[in-house]
Amino acid sequence: MDSKKRGRRGFLKDAALAGLAVGAAKSAKGDAVIAEYSKKDLIAYGERSRFVTSVRTPVKGRMSPDAFGLVFHVSTPLQDAVGIITPSSLHYVATHRGSYVPEIDPATHRLMIHGMVDRPLEFSMDDLKRLPYVSRVHFLECLGNHSNGSGKTVQDTHGLTSCSEWTGVELSLLLKEAGVQKGASWIVAEGAEEIKGASSIPLAKALDDCIVCYAQNGEAVRPQQGFPLRLIVPGFEGIYQTKYLRRIKVVDRFYMTYNDYGHINPDPKVTALTVQWGPKSVITFPSGGQQLSGPGFYEITGLAWSGGGAVRRVEVSTDGGKSWKNAELRSPAYRMAHTRFGFPWKWDGKECELQSRCTDELGTVQPSLAQAGKFWNDPPEKPRSRGSDNTIQPWRVASDGSVHNAHG
Amino acid sequence: MRTVRLPLLVMTLGACSAWAQSPTYGVGKTPTAEEIRAWDIAIGPEGKELPPGHGTAQEGAKLFLLKGCGGCHGVTGTGGRAPALVKWPGNVPAPKPPPPGMEGMHMSPDTGIMALRSPYSVTIWDYINRGMPIGKEGTLKPDEVYAITAFLLFKNDVIKEGDVMDEHSLPKLQMPNRNGFSDAPEWKPKTPRLVGYP
Repeated sequence: MDSKKRGRRGFLKDAALAGLAVGAAKSAKGDAVIAEYSKKDLIAYGERSRFVTSVRTPVKGRMSPDAFGLVFHVSTPLQDAVGIITPSSLHYVATHRGSYVPEIDPATHRLMIHGMVDRPLEFSMDDLKRLPYVSRVHFLECLGNHSNGSGKTVQDTHGLTSCSEWTGVELSLLLKEAGVQKGASWIVAEGAEEIKGASSIPLAKALDDCIVCYAQNGEAVRPQQGFPLRLIVPGFEGIYQTKYLRRIKVVDRFYMTYNDYGHINPDPKVTALTVQWGPKSVITFPSGGQQLSGPGFYEITGLAWSGGGAVRRVEVSTDGGKSWKNAELRSPAYRMAHTRFGFPWKWDGKECELQSRCTDELGTVQPSLAQAGKFWNDPPEKPRSRGSDNTIQPWRVASDGSVHNAHG
Repeated sequence: MRTVRLPLLVMTLGACSAWAQSPTYGVGKTPTAEEIRAWDIAIGPEGKELPPGHGTAQEGAKLFLLKGCGGCHGVTGTGGRAPALVKWPGNVPAPKPPPPGMEGMHMSPDTGIMALRSPYSVTIWDYINRGMPIGKEGTLKPDEVYAITAFLLFKNDVIKEGDVMDEHSLPKLQMPNRNGFSDAPEWKPKTPRLVGYP
């Protein structure tokens, strides 16, 4: 070590001591909050302000974790979300059934690729990090999200969707390294957790845009999200986004494996609607449970996304779907990603119903519940959506400024 | 330096595209046959991945209690807090459809008795092998999984009590709900999930 480096390190040490001294001084005056945020471990890895209390909540009142420590679904507080990235700490969590979050040592974790390939391969985490990687923003969403009357807030109705920047190696690169054989048409992706959750994924999708991810929002994928490795299948339902990924088997048919069994349905139309998400949007402000302080200006804002690609257009209605106006996109519109929209609005103090609808790059338009019901020939008074629900969420603003689920 | 390197790079890339089937990066190792076999646990409909082993319903009936299955699923395979595995005596229900709005939900064990709902017998074997018993997943030996599978198939009238289930006989069973589900759709990039759906 030369003297120059020693000198710099000495300077940093002095600066750190000076900082501590400032904290201590303020602390002596009774300002404990500054001292708290200045603590060594919070300087090393930061924490949000204690005035910010937004948290994930259990879905449908089922405790998570429960008395045995088993984790069930918890949803993202979308009513508090801004922009398009969900903080990793607030990303929704869904489990196969009540599950413990496994602790996996990345030093021993392996990803195996085998089956109908010329060269079966096994990668360590270090191996994977040697390869070219991509970072892409993608939403995930669980089939449990329903725009119906069962939820009061947007966290209840839509909190099982979140959006992150995911980083890792394209699955197509790994499959080319292994050499996919002729006749292959599906892959089975499987995790390393206690039940080794596995899904069948079309090979066309695997070669198109799937990513074997080791990072989320600029740091390692969180344990609740599949540390150390997770498969991201953009635009597909949450169940396909295989956590703790340890195995990809290339096969020549749909495998009806562990996670697939839950998706079998007699109706091919319903089956088709439970794979890729359709165009979808929801207003996050004003949304159920929130309160407007009185007539005047408000920016209506929300999120739009689609499993079919990028969001092309978002429209907002303030009269219950009778008339629609274009909203403005307030963020980049990445493919299969949450996209933020805004709509300047002056509330006249009268009861009204707010809705949003999304059109994606394929030109597909988000349907209303009534339109979905008509497709299924439901009685008009009892429309239901089947498969993954992308129907319009209406919010009713009462004349006292309180906001309610208009389905409820 | 640059003018020297560029042609070399072009030559390298050219060589790669000419040998599209050879690896580009050469990172990673080749797993041994034994390593692959140990992890190859997803049992496809044809049962090719089933390990050697055998079991009968009589053996399975004992294991069902010994391994604690009855503690959650009910000692007779029904009436417990976990999903029913055996149809009610004297009453043969059709596979129960999912409740309204829950179609396709990942809650299949709750929406139908597996031996009656599953289109493939081996799916039951796979499910028990990877997922049961809760808290001791992966501890059952192949013979035990064959036996418990046989027990559930017998109790739901799919096989006879003395039928031996092994890696050959199990995949050959015709399941009651074999044709009661639709195939997964073919997926294509940049295509709506269901043409005609609003």
